[in-house]
Amino acid sequence: MEWKLTDSRPIWQQLTEQITLRILKGEYPPGGRLPAVRDLAVQAGVNPNTMQRAMAQLEQDGLAVGSRTAGRTVTEDTAVIQAARRKRAREAVAECLQILADLGYTREEAVALLKEEWEK
Amino acid sequence: MSEQLIRTDELLVTCTALTKRYGSKTALNGVNLQLKRGRIVGLLGPNGSGKTTLIKLLCGLIQPTEGDIAIGGMPVGPATKALVSYLPDRMYFADWMKASDLLDLFNDFYSDFDRNKATAMCQSLGVVPSQRLKTMSKGTKEKVQLVLVMARKASLYLLDEPIAGVDPAARDYILNTILTNYNEEGCVMISTHLISDIEQVLDEAIFLKEGQVVLHDNVDAIREREGKSVDALFREVFRTAGMEGGAF
Repeated sequence: MEWKLTDSRPIWQQLTEQITLRILKGEYPPGGRLPAVRDLAVQAGVNPNTMQRAMAQLEQDGLAVGSRTAGRTVTEDTAVIQAARRKRAREAVAECLQILADLGYTREEAVALLKEEWEK
Repeated sequence: MSEQLIRTDELLVTCTALTKRYGSKTALNGVNLQLKRGRIVGLLGPNGSGKTTLIKLLCGLIQPTEGDIAIGGMPVGPATKALVSYLPDRMYFADWMKASDLLDLFNDFYSDFDRNKATAMCQSLGVVPSQRLKTMSKGTKEKVQLVLVMARKASLYLLDEPIAGVDPAARDYILNTILTNYNEEGCVMISTHLISDIEQVLDEAIFLKEGQVVLHDNVDAIREREGKSVDALFREVFRTAGMEGGAF
Protein backbone atom coordinates (compact mmCIF):
# COMPACT_ATOMS: atom_id res chain seq x y z
CA MET A 1 0.00 0.00 0.00
CA GLU A 2 1.15 3.47 -0.85
CA TRP A 3 1.63 6.28 1.62
CA LYS A 4 -0.12 9.50 0.67
CA LEU A 5 1.06 12.65 2.35
CA THR A 6 -0.67 15.27 0.33
CA ASP A 7 -2.49 17.85 2.34
CA SER A 8 -1.28 20.64 4.55
CA ARG A 9 -2.18 19.14 7.91
CA PRO A 10 0.62 17.93 10.21
CA ILE A 11 2.34 14.90 8.68
CA TRP A 12 2.07 12.82 11.85
CA GLN A 13 -1.73 13.13 11.75
CA GLN A 14 -1.84 11.88 8.17
CA LEU A 15 0.40 8.96 9.12
CA THR A 16 -1.78 8.08 12.13
CA GLU A 17 -4.87 8.04 9.90
CA GLN A 18 -3.25 5.76 7.34
CA ILE A 19 -1.93 3.28 9.90
CA THR A 20 -5.34 3.32 11.62
CA LEU A 21 -6.97 2.47 8.31
CA ARG A 22 -4.61 -0.48 7.86
CA ILE A 23 -5.59 -1.77 11.30
CA LEU A 24 -9.30 -1.32 10.55
CA LYS A 25 -8.94 -3.17 7.26
CA GLY A 26 -7.14 -5.99 9.03
CA GLU A 27 -3.86 -5.52 7.17
CA TYR A 28 -2.36 -5.32 10.64
CA PRO A 29 -4.57 -7.86 12.48
CA PRO A 30 -5.55 -7.66 16.19
CA GLY A 31 -2.64 -8.69 18.39
CA GLY A 32 -0.31 -8.62 15.37
CA ARG A 33 3.09 -7.00 15.47
CA LEU A 34 3.49 -3.55 13.96
CA PRO A 35 6.66 -2.84 11.93
CA ALA A 36 9.42 -0.90 13.69
CA VAL A 37 9.23 2.88 13.58
CA ARG A 38 12.44 3.14 11.60
CA ASP A 39 11.24 0.71 8.94
CA LEU A 40 7.89 2.43 8.60
CA ALA A 41 9.60 5.82 8.41
CA VAL A 42 11.85 4.68 5.58
CA GLN A 43 8.90 3.09 3.74
CA ALA A 44 6.89 6.28 3.97
CA GLY A 45 9.94 8.48 3.33
CA VAL A 46 9.38 10.50 6.49
CA ASN A 47 11.42 11.53 9.47
CA PRO A 48 11.59 8.78 12.15
CA ASN A 49 10.63 11.29 14.84
CA THR A 50 7.44 12.08 12.92
CA MET A 51 6.57 8.39 12.59
CA GLN A 52 7.26 7.97 16.30
CA ARG A 53 4.73 10.68 17.07
CA ALA A 54 2.14 9.00 14.80
CA MET A 55 2.66 5.72 16.68
CA ALA A 56 2.36 7.45 20.05
CA GLN A 57 -1.05 8.72 18.93
CA LEU A 58 -2.12 5.17 17.98
CA GLU A 59 -1.20 4.08 21.49
CA GLN A 60 -3.19 6.96 22.93
CA ASP A 61 -6.17 5.96 20.78
CA GLY A 62 -5.89 2.46 22.25
CA LEU A 63 -5.29 0.85 18.85
CA ALA A 64 -1.64 0.00 19.49
CA VAL A 65 0.06 -1.33 22.57
CA GLY A 66 3.71 -0.47 23.15
CA SER A 67 6.32 -2.44 24.93
CA ARG A 68 9.91 -1.41 25.38
CA THR A 69 11.32 -4.81 24.56
CA ALA A 70 8.95 -6.45 22.12
CA GLY A 71 8.02 -3.49 19.93
CA ARG A 72 4.45 -2.45 19.25
CA THR A 73 1.48 -4.66 18.56
CA VAL A 74 -2.06 -3.98 17.47
CA THR A 75 -4.47 -4.16 20.41
CA GLU A 76 -6.16 -7.52 21.04
CA ASP A 77 -9.26 -5.69 22.24
CA THR A 78 -11.52 -6.07 19.20
CA ALA A 79 -14.15 -3.81 20.82
CA VAL A 80 -11.72 -0.89 20.51
CA ILE A 81 -11.09 -1.73 16.84
CA GLN A 82 -14.82 -2.06 16.15
CA ALA A 83 -15.52 1.29 17.80
CA ALA A 84 -12.83 2.95 15.67
CA ARG A 85 -14.17 1.25 12.55
CA ARG A 86 -17.68 2.52 13.29
CA LYS A 87 -16.37 6.02 13.95
CA ARG A 88 -14.46 6.07 10.65
CA ALA A 89 -17.54 4.81 8.76
CA ARG A 90 -19.73 7.50 10.34
CA GLU A 91 -17.27 10.17 9.28
CA ALA A 92 -17.30 8.87 5.71
CA VAL A 93 -21.12 8.84 5.62
CA ALA A 94 -21.37 12.32 7.12
CA GLU A 95 -18.96 13.65 4.50
CA CYS A 96 -20.89 11.95 1.68
CA LEU A 97 -24.25 13.24 2.95
CA GLN A 98 -22.92 16.75 3.18
CA ILE A 99 -21.90 16.66 -0.48
CA LEU A 100 -25.28 15.21 -1.52
CA ALA A 101 -27.10 17.88 0.48
CA ASP A 102 -24.99 20.55 -1.23
CA LEU A 103 -25.98 19.04 -4.58
CA GLY A 104 -29.66 19.36 -3.58
CA TYR A 105 -30.48 15.69 -2.99
CA THR A 106 -33.40 14.90 -0.67
CA ARG A 107 -33.22 12.18 1.97
CA GLU A 108 -35.19 9.73 -0.23
CA GLU A 109 -33.13 10.44 -3.32
CA ALA A 110 -29.93 9.97 -1.34
CA VAL A 111 -31.05 6.62 0.10
CA ALA A 112 -32.20 5.45 -3.37
CA LEU A 113 -28.89 6.47 -4.90
CA LEU A 114 -26.90 4.69 -2.20
CA LYS A 115 -28.83 1.45 -2.79
CA GLU A 116 -28.45 1.73 -6.55
CA GLU A 117 -24.68 2.27 -6.35
CA TRP A 118 -24.23 -0.46 -3.75
CA GLU A 119 -25.92 -3.03 -5.98
CA LYS A 120 -23.92 -2.16 -9.07
CA MET B 1 17.41 -1.81 16.21
CA SER B 2 15.63 -0.69 19.37
CA GLU B 3 12.07 0.46 18.98
CA GLN B 4 12.48 3.52 21.13
CA LEU B 5 14.21 6.28 19.20
CA ILE B 6 16.90 8.31 20.84
CA ARG B 7 15.63 11.81 21.21
CA THR B 8 17.89 13.87 23.37
CA ASP B 9 17.52 17.55 23.87
CA GLU B 10 21.24 18.01 24.03
CA LEU B 11 22.41 21.12 22.21
CA LEU B 12 24.91 20.47 19.47
CA VAL B 13 25.32 23.85 17.80
CA THR B 14 24.95 27.32 19.24
CA CYS B 15 25.37 30.45 17.14
CA THR B 16 25.34 33.75 18.98
CA ALA B 17 24.92 37.10 17.23
CA LEU B 18 26.66 35.64 14.19
CA THR B 19 27.47 38.17 11.49
CA LYS B 20 29.44 37.82 8.29
CA ARG B 21 30.24 40.67 5.93
CA TYR B 22 31.97 40.43 2.59
CA GLY B 23 33.21 44.00 2.16
CA SER B 24 30.14 46.18 2.32
CA LYS B 25 27.78 43.25 1.68
CA THR B 26 26.27 41.72 4.82
CA ALA B 27 25.63 38.03 4.18
CA LEU B 28 24.58 37.08 7.71
CA ASN B 29 23.24 39.57 10.19
CA GLY B 30 23.09 38.75 13.91
CA VAL B 31 22.02 35.11 13.64
CA ASN B 32 21.15 33.32 16.89
CA LEU B 33 20.60 29.64 16.37
CA GLN B 34 20.50 26.46 18.41
CA LEU B 35 20.52 22.97 16.93
CA LYS B 36 19.89 19.78 18.87
CA ARG B 37 21.15 16.25 18.29
CA GLY B 38 19.00 13.69 16.51
CA ARG B 39 17.25 16.20 14.28
CA ILE B 40 17.01 16.70 10.54
CA VAL B 41 16.84 20.42 9.92
CA GLY B 42 16.02 22.24 6.69
CA LEU B 43 17.90 25.46 6.03
CA LEU B 44 15.54 27.21 3.67
CA GLY B 45 15.83 30.50 1.88
CA PRO B 46 15.97 31.99 -1.59
CA ASN B 47 19.22 32.48 -3.46
CA GLY B 48 21.53 34.89 -1.67
CA SER B 49 19.81 34.62 1.71
CA GLY B 50 22.99 33.39 3.44
CA LYS B 51 22.53 29.61 3.51
CA THR B 52 25.95 28.71 2.13
CA THR B 53 27.64 31.40 4.23
CA LEU B 54 26.14 29.90 7.41
CA ILE B 55 27.23 26.41 6.42
CA LYS B 56 30.77 27.53 5.59
CA LEU B 57 31.02 29.29 8.95
CA LEU B 58 29.93 26.09 10.73
CA CYS B 59 32.62 24.20 8.80
CA GLY B 60 35.30 26.72 9.69
CA LEU B 61 36.01 27.47 6.02
CA ILE B 62 35.40 31.17 6.64
CA GLN B 63 35.59 33.24 9.80
CA PRO B 64 32.75 35.28 11.31
CA THR B 65 33.01 39.07 11.26
CA GLU B 66 31.25 39.14 14.63
CA GLY B 67 29.66 36.65 16.99
CA ASP B 68 30.42 33.12 18.15
CA ILE B 69 29.80 29.53 17.12
CA ALA B 70 30.10 26.52 19.41
CA ILE B 71 29.81 22.94 18.16
CA GLY B 72 29.65 20.30 20.89
CA GLY B 73 30.66 23.05 23.32
CA MET B 74 33.86 23.91 21.44
CA PRO B 75 34.75 26.88 19.26
CA VAL B 76 35.11 26.07 15.56
CA GLY B 77 38.58 24.65 14.93
CA PRO B 78 40.38 21.38 14.20
CA ALA B 79 38.47 19.59 16.98
CA THR B 80 35.05 20.56 15.60
CA LYS B 81 36.10 19.78 12.02
CA ALA B 82 36.41 16.16 13.11
CA LEU B 83 32.75 16.28 14.17
CA VAL B 84 31.43 17.87 10.99
CA SER B 85 30.73 16.08 7.72
CA TYR B 86 30.27 18.57 4.90
CA LEU B 87 28.72 18.21 1.46
CA PRO B 88 29.72 21.33 -0.47
CA ASP B 89 27.48 22.92 -3.06
CA ARG B 90 30.06 22.16 -5.73
CA MET B 91 32.42 19.30 -6.39
CA TYR B 92 36.01 19.85 -5.26
CA PHE B 93 37.62 16.60 -6.45
CA ALA B 94 39.89 16.14 -9.48
CA ASP B 95 37.86 14.55 -12.25
CA TRP B 96 40.44 11.85 -13.08
CA MET B 97 39.74 10.23 -9.72
CA LYS B 98 37.70 7.07 -9.42
CA ALA B 99 35.00 6.61 -6.80
CA SER B 100 37.25 4.03 -5.14
CA ASP B 101 40.13 6.59 -4.96
CA LEU B 102 37.82 8.89 -3.05
CA LEU B 103 36.81 6.14 -0.65
CA ASP B 104 40.54 5.52 0.02
CA LEU B 105 41.14 9.23 0.51
CA PHE B 106 38.29 9.61 3.00
CA ASN B 107 39.30 6.41 4.77
CA ASP B 108 42.78 7.84 5.35
CA PHE B 109 41.55 11.28 6.24
CA TYR B 110 38.65 10.71 8.63
CA SER B 111 38.85 8.27 11.54
CA ASP B 112 35.05 8.06 11.68
CA PHE B 113 34.75 6.99 8.01
CA ASP B 114 33.18 3.55 7.62
CA ARG B 115 34.66 2.05 4.48
CA ASN B 116 32.37 -1.00 4.49
CA LYS B 117 29.29 1.14 4.85
CA ALA B 118 30.47 3.36 1.99
CA THR B 119 30.98 0.34 -0.26
CA ALA B 120 27.52 -0.96 0.59
CA MET B 121 26.00 2.46 -0.07
CA CYS B 122 27.75 2.67 -3.47
CA GLN B 123 26.24 -0.67 -4.36
CA SER B 124 22.70 0.26 -3.34
CA LEU B 125 22.94 3.61 -5.12
CA GLY B 126 24.27 1.99 -8.30
CA VAL B 127 27.67 3.69 -8.19
CA VAL B 128 30.48 1.69 -9.78
CA PRO B 129 33.65 2.21 -7.66
CA SER B 130 35.99 1.83 -10.62
CA GLN B 131 34.29 4.58 -12.62
CA ARG B 132 36.12 7.90 -13.03
CA LEU B 133 34.39 11.10 -11.97
CA LYS B 134 34.70 12.66 -15.41
CA THR B 135 32.65 9.90 -17.00
CA MET B 136 29.85 10.16 -14.41
CA SER B 137 26.57 11.98 -14.85
CA LYS B 138 25.79 14.89 -12.56
CA GLY B 139 23.37 12.77 -10.54
CA THR B 140 25.95 10.00 -10.08
CA LYS B 141 28.56 12.52 -8.93
CA GLU B 142 26.11 13.83 -6.35
CA LYS B 143 25.50 10.29 -5.17
CA VAL B 144 29.25 9.68 -4.76
CA GLN B 145 29.63 12.83 -2.70
CA LEU B 146 26.66 11.85 -0.59
CA VAL B 147 28.18 8.42 0.08
CA LEU B 148 31.43 10.03 1.23
CA VAL B 149 29.61 12.39 3.56
CA MET B 150 27.02 9.99 5.01
CA ALA B 151 29.45 7.07 5.55
CA ARG B 152 31.13 9.08 8.31
CA LYS B 153 29.80 8.76 11.83
CA ALA B 154 29.78 12.50 12.42
CA SER B 155 27.87 14.65 14.88
CA LEU B 156 26.88 17.32 12.40
CA TYR B 157 26.14 16.70 8.73
CA LEU B 158 25.99 19.84 6.64
CA LEU B 159 24.49 19.17 3.22
CA ASP B 160 24.54 22.18 0.94
CA GLU B 161 21.98 21.64 -1.84
CA PRO B 162 22.26 17.84 -1.95
CA ILE B 163 19.28 17.37 -4.26
CA ALA B 164 19.75 20.18 -6.74
CA GLY B 165 20.27 19.02 -10.30
CA VAL B 166 19.12 15.43 -9.98
CA ASP B 167 15.92 13.92 -11.31
CA PRO B 168 12.98 13.25 -8.95
CA ALA B 169 13.66 9.51 -8.74
CA ALA B 170 17.30 10.10 -7.78
CA ARG B 171 16.08 12.73 -5.33
CA ASP B 172 13.91 10.17 -3.53
CA TYR B 173 16.88 7.85 -3.48
CA ILE B 174 19.12 10.49 -1.97
CA LEU B 175 16.58 11.45 0.70
CA ASN B 176 16.10 7.80 1.52
CA THR B 177 19.86 7.42 1.88
CA ILE B 178 19.95 10.35 4.28
CA LEU B 179 17.06 8.87 6.31
CA THR B 180 18.57 5.41 6.56
CA ASN B 181 22.14 6.46 7.21
CA TYR B 182 22.19 9.39 9.57
CA ASN B 183 23.11 8.48 13.10
CA GLU B 184 20.53 9.39 15.69
CA GLU B 185 22.85 11.34 17.93
CA GLY B 186 23.88 13.52 15.04
CA CYS B 187 22.16 16.47 13.46
CA VAL B 188 21.64 16.77 9.72
CA MET B 189 21.24 20.21 8.21
CA ILE B 190 20.05 20.31 4.61
CA SER B 191 20.06 23.57 2.69
CA THR B 192 17.75 23.83 -0.28
CA HIS B 193 15.03 25.79 -1.94
CA LEU B 194 13.29 22.62 -3.17
CA ILE B 195 11.15 22.50 -0.05
CA SER B 196 8.23 20.35 -1.13
CA ASP B 197 10.66 17.52 -1.91
CA ILE B 198 12.26 17.42 1.52
CA GLU B 199 9.52 18.70 3.78
CA GLN B 200 8.44 15.29 5.03
CA VAL B 201 11.90 14.21 6.10
CA LEU B 202 12.50 17.31 8.23
CA ASP B 203 12.02 17.77 11.97
CA GLU B 204 12.63 21.48 11.87
CA ALA B 205 12.70 24.27 9.33
CA ILE B 206 14.79 27.43 9.44
CA PHE B 207 13.81 30.29 7.14
CA LEU B 208 16.70 32.54 6.25
CA LYS B 209 15.85 35.89 4.73
CA GLU B 210 18.42 38.52 3.85
CA GLY B 211 20.90 37.08 6.34
CA GLN B 212 18.51 36.76 9.25
CA VAL B 213 16.58 33.87 10.74
CA VAL B 214 12.90 34.79 10.36
CA LEU B 215 11.50 31.44 11.46
CA HIS B 216 12.84 28.36 13.25
CA ASP B 217 10.26 25.79 14.27
CA ASN B 218 9.14 22.20 14.15
CA VAL B 219 7.66 21.35 10.73
CA ASP B 220 4.46 19.84 12.11
CA ALA B 221 4.08 22.79 14.51
CA ILE B 222 4.22 25.09 11.47
CA ARG B 223 1.58 23.02 9.66
CA GLU B 224 -0.61 22.99 12.76
CA ARG B 225 -0.35 26.72 13.39
CA GLU B 226 -0.45 28.00 9.81
CA GLY B 227 -2.77 25.37 8.35
CA LYS B 228 -0.45 25.02 5.37
CA SER B 229 2.65 23.18 4.31
CA VAL B 230 6.09 24.65 4.90
CA ASP B 231 6.44 24.97 1.12
CA ALA B 232 3.26 27.07 0.94
CA LEU B 233 4.38 29.21 3.87
CA PHE B 234 7.79 29.71 2.25
CA ARG B 235 6.19 30.97 -0.96
CA GLU B 236 4.08 33.37 1.07
CA VAL B 237 6.91 34.73 3.21
CA PHE B 238 9.22 35.30 0.28
CA ARG B 239 6.63 36.58 -2.17
CA THR B 240 5.71 39.39 0.23
CA ALA B 241 9.37 40.35 0.42
CA GLY B 242 9.49 40.66 -3.37
CA MET B 243 6.54 42.99 -3.57
CA GLU B 244 7.94 45.28 -0.90
CA GLY B 245 10.90 45.84 -3.16
CA GLY B 246 13.29 45.30 -0.28
CA ALA B 247 12.85 48.86 1.03
CA PHE B 248 12.79 48.51 4.80
